[in-house]
Formats: sequence, structure tokens, C-alpha cells
Amino acid sequence: MVWGPLCVSCYDGLSRGGVDEIMLTILFDGVAYGMLLFVLACGLSVTLGLMNFINLAHGAFAMAGGYCTVILVNRYGVPFALGLPLAFLVTALIGGLFERTLYVHVYARPHLDQVLFTIGLVFMSVAAVDYTMGSSQQFVQIPDALTGQINVLGIGMGKYRLLIIAICGLLTIALQLMLTKTRFGSRLRAAVDDQRVARGLGINVGAVFGLTFAFGSGLAGLGGALGAEILGLDPTFPLKYMIYFLIVVTVGGTSSITGPFFASILLGIGDVAGKYYVPKLGAFVIYAIMIVVLIWRPQGLFARATAK
Amino acid sequence: MTSPNPALTGQVSDYLKRRARWTPLEIAFWIFAFATIWLFPSKYLILKDTAILALFALSLDLILGYAGIISLGQAAFFGFAGYFAGLVAKYGFITEPVLALMAAGLVAAALGFVTSFLVLRGSDLTRLMVTLGVSLMLGEVANRYSNITGGADGLQGVDIEPVFGRFRFDLYGHNGYVYCLIVLFICFVVARRVVYSPFGLSLRAVKGNPLRSSAIGIPVKWRLVAIYTFAAGIAGIAGALLTQTTAFCSLDVFSLDRSADLLLVLIIGGTGYLYGGLIGAVIYKFLQDWIANLTPQYWQFWIGLVLVVIVLIGRDRMQAWIATALGALENIGPRTIARPAKLAAPDGK
Repeated sequence: MVWGPLCVSCYDGLSRGGVDEIMLTILFDGVAYGMLLFVLACGLSVTLGLMNFINLAHGAFAMAGGYCTVILVNRYGVPFALGLPLAFLVTALIGGLFERTLYVHVYARPHLDQVLFTIGLVFMSVAAVDYTMGSSQQFVQIPDALTGQINVLGIGMGKYRLLIIAICGLLTIALQLMLTKTRFGSRLRAAVDDQRVARGLGINVGAVFGLTFAFGSGLAGLGGALGAEILGLDPTFPLKYMIYFLIVVTVGGTSSITGPFFASILLGIGDVAGKYYVPKLGAFVIYAIMIVVLIWRPQGLFARATAK
Repeated sequence: MTSPNPALTGQVSDYLKRRARWTPLEIAFWIFAFATIWLFPSKYLILKDTAILALFALSLDLILGYAGIISLGQAAFFGFAGYFAGLVAKYGFITEPVLALMAAGLVAAALGFVTSFLVLRGSDLTRLMVTLGVSLMLGEVANRYSNITGGADGLQGVDIEPVFGRFRFDLYGHNGYVYCLIVLFICFVVARRVVYSPFGLSLRAVKGNPLRSSAIGIPVKWRLVAIYTFAAGIAGIAGALLTQTTAFCSLDVFSLDRSADLLLVLIIGGTGYLYGGLIGAVIYKFLQDWIANLTPQYWQFWIGLVLVVIVLIGRDRMQAWIATALGALENIGPRTIARPAKLAAPDGK
């Protein structure tokens, strides 16, 4: 059985009837799903914008975070609240390690090489996880306090989804503040806008990139851990969600984080609504919208004109 | 503009002709390819798959190696024509396999023509996304109309008539392999003719620098549309071959793995000299067969490792090694191609 992004609470809404309620439930689920996608994909958008590097293996880091939480929480009984930051840390470490040892050799290569390299990593991660953890779907044991629904304004909202929205919303605000208010953020933005000039001003672009890569991987790991319940976690995760991350990045553009954020929310709501109203077409709606957007604005919906 | 210098025109066409001549190495390659029919009678099934993969890789080489378009969606044409060939055979529209093959190629080329306008704009990433998106969309459509395509169970009940009414696809795969090999050879000859023509040269110019090539009067857009359409047709023929020789077609013809594997094939063999896809397909198939025998479930890991290692070593470095090896072989034959002096220094009058 395939556990798509569309999950149980839609059907809860259905059983209670009421067209408005269904729409609100779809909206709510879509926002939760979109926020999750944003946390998963924002690291990718920064690395792509910064180094013009196509990293198809981003989902592998998300999967690493998910499995890390599964092992910690289910096997060693670590509390769920502690499992999430640990997933972030472990994945960030793995990401930093990979960046320094492997990725660093591939930045200057043509896009074709980058695609091959990262697809190779995806294949390896899929087989390696299959070998060590088995091919079946994994579930994180969520504390009882987070299961079930609460009624807000007459709509049943999954507590876990509310938690996701809260965490991801806070993270988004924190990221935005970090980008706009801190010294590191301004260095990062300078490097994204024009790498050569940034280097000329004495910014160590390599170090900025390494840190950002590790941080982005960590966020992906956190997203993978949080999303294991909604997105489903099995060894094919990086392949299944690769296209979604790429849609967020290409549609949202790489020049800011607000672009990918709105793209994620749109994608989340569009996907949940599409799968609810025209379930037989599956993800067709999403792919079609993506192609139309890319033809209409190849640089992304929210892209500013850049000097490149 | 002055009228072209007849002596120079003669030299240019002479150069093009000599450039397009078949080398002894190429002739030896094809003699060996056809000799495999008698050499390895127990390996027909894997040889047949290799021939189909080689044809499929040839189609990607045409757009990647000659026009510089990165695509993760060549499977769209492969699968589309595969289903087309299966459906026309199942419902008896076109029962003769060769005719059905041509029709499938044309249908795939038509799809290629329509979608080619999508890949003209944007960066490499946009192209990747759009090509991938098209093949995923077709996969979703095939899944949606499962009453026609059979959905996740695949298209069953396909009955393929004998080729020319005489050669039935037998259980041992002999006729199937010979059929695939002949189709591969014909498509190869056509593709070779295309890339060695002035049209092919203009494509290389476009790949090198689109802006400059449009400045010297090459219609960049239409050249790209033309080669993309042609390559789609070749990919379609490969897909139709698979359906015809297996009498089956399933949703995985549209999968991302198929397009990604294709890139790997081409990278193993090298791009931009047509034989890359063929040699890569042979190496890939036997590598896959060997690894799958060792670890049936986890062969993807080793395929991934090969990709990573190839990139880390560097494709250009590997191609340089191959070129050295080939150069050593070529020197056994007496032929070298020298550019006409006037072409090399056009303003030396």
C-alpha cells in the first residue's frame, strides 16, 4: 500500500460532511504539508542559488533524518522531543562531511556531472537503507499527547499537523531573520547575488557554502523526521520526493526564501486538493502546473531579476 | 555577400565526405555485432535487451552529445511509443510489426516535436525538470486510464504477428534479437548520416555557443527542435521494439530510473561520437547482469557507486584514455583526416 501525502484527516473531514469544512480541512492539511515541504527543500534552494549546483540527493539527507529518528525513538526510547533536534544534528554532520569530502570536487563541473553524481548518491542511499533497515515502511512512535484532533472554530485539526505548522512556521521566521539581520546572513546573500564580487570583498564563499550546506541538510533531516508520519518513510523516499523538492526550488526561485516558501504552500495545497478532488489523476495536476509555470517564467514565479 | 569560391566549396565538401567515411574500426565493430548472432546463441535475451538499450542511448546521445540538451525524460518517448506499439497490436490496428514500428517512431517523433518547444527555454535545471515532468505526467495518464493501458498490471494480451508474415518471435529470442539488431543498425546509419551532414556540424556549433552560432546565421531554435524530434523518434522505436519483442508493456517504461540509467549508459560509453551509447549499453548490461547475480536485491548500490566514481575521476579524463586507446588502434590503419589548409586558416589569402 502506498501512503501518499494525503493522509487520514481528509477522510475525517469527509465523514463529518459539510462542503466548507472539507475545504477548510484541505486547506489546513495543505498548509501543514506545504510547510513541511518548505523545511525539507529550503536548504536545496540555497545551495542551488549559491553554487548553481544541482543536488538531486537532497532527499537522501531528509531520509537520513527520518531513519535517525526512527532508530533513536523506537529502538533506544529517546523522547520524541529530543529525537527531532538530534535528527537535525546528525543529518547536518553527515551533510557537512559529505560536502567537505565529496561535493566540493563537483561544484565546478558541468551540470551533467552534477546530475550524475547526485543521482549516483541517491541510488546508493536507497540500496544502503534497504540493506540495513529493510524495505518496509517505517513509523515513528509519536507521543500520545500529539495524536488525535482538537476542534478549532468547528474544524477538526490533527494535533500533529498543528505541531508541524508551529515548528515550521517558527523555523521560517527564524530563517528569514537570520538571512536579513545577521552578519552571516548578509554574507550568504552577497555570495548568492554575485559570488565573484563577494570573494573579492573577502568573504570566504567556500566556508559560507559548507556551513549552509550542512545547515540545509540538517533542516532536510528535521523535515524528514517530522514528516515521516505524513509523507511515509521507506527506502525510495529520495526518489519519490525528489521531484517535489525540485518543484519548490524551480517554481519558487533561488533568490530568496520567501519564494520557495510560497511555492511550497501552493504546492502543498494544490497537491492535497488535487488528490482529494481528482484522486485518479494523482500528481498529474502538480506536474502540469509546474511545466506551465516553468514555460511562463523559467526563472521561477517569485524570482527577482538578477545580474546573472 | 560574394559568391562562394568554387575551389573552397569543393574542398569543404571533400572534407565533409572524407570525414563521414566509415573507418575500418567501425566496420569491424558492426561485423562483430552481427557475428554475435552465431557466437552467443545462449545469450539472446540479454543481447536483445542490450540492442534496445543501445538504440535508446543513441537517441539520448543525439540530443546530449550533439545538441547539449540535458534530459531526464527520454523515457517519455520510449514509453509512449511502447504503449502505442502494444495497443495497435492488441486491438489489431496495425498487425505487421515493421509497419507498427515505423508508426510508433512517427508518433513518438510527433510527441517530441510538440514537447521540444518546452525545452528551448530556460537553464539546464529547467530543462531537467520539464523533461522529467513530461515523462512523469505520461506515467500518471497511463495509470489513470488503466482500462486501456492495464495500469499497474501492465498491458497484457498483446499478440505480435510474425515480421513480414514470416519470422515469428520465438521463445529463444533468436528472431527477436536479429530483428532488434537490424533495426539498431538501420537507425544508426540514419543517425550517422544526420550527424555527419552539415546539419550535424551546425548542431555542434549550437552546442558550443548558441549566441555565436545564431550570429553566423544558424537558426538555433529550429535546429534544436529538429534534432529533439528526431531523437524522440529513435527513442520511440526503441520503446516499440521492447514491447514487440516481449509482448508486454508496463508503467515502469516511464520511470525516472530508466532515464537515469540511460544517462549512466551514455557516460560509461562517452557522448558525442555515436558509438558511446552502443559501447556503454554493452558494458552496462553485462555489468548489471554480473552485479545482479552477486547481489540480486542491492545492485542499484553498485550502479550508483559506478556513477559517483566516474564523476569523481572525471569524464573528460576517461574519454582521454579511451581516445588514446582508440588512437593507437586507428594508427594501425593508414588513414588520418587532415583539415584542408585553407579551412584551417581562412583569412590567410
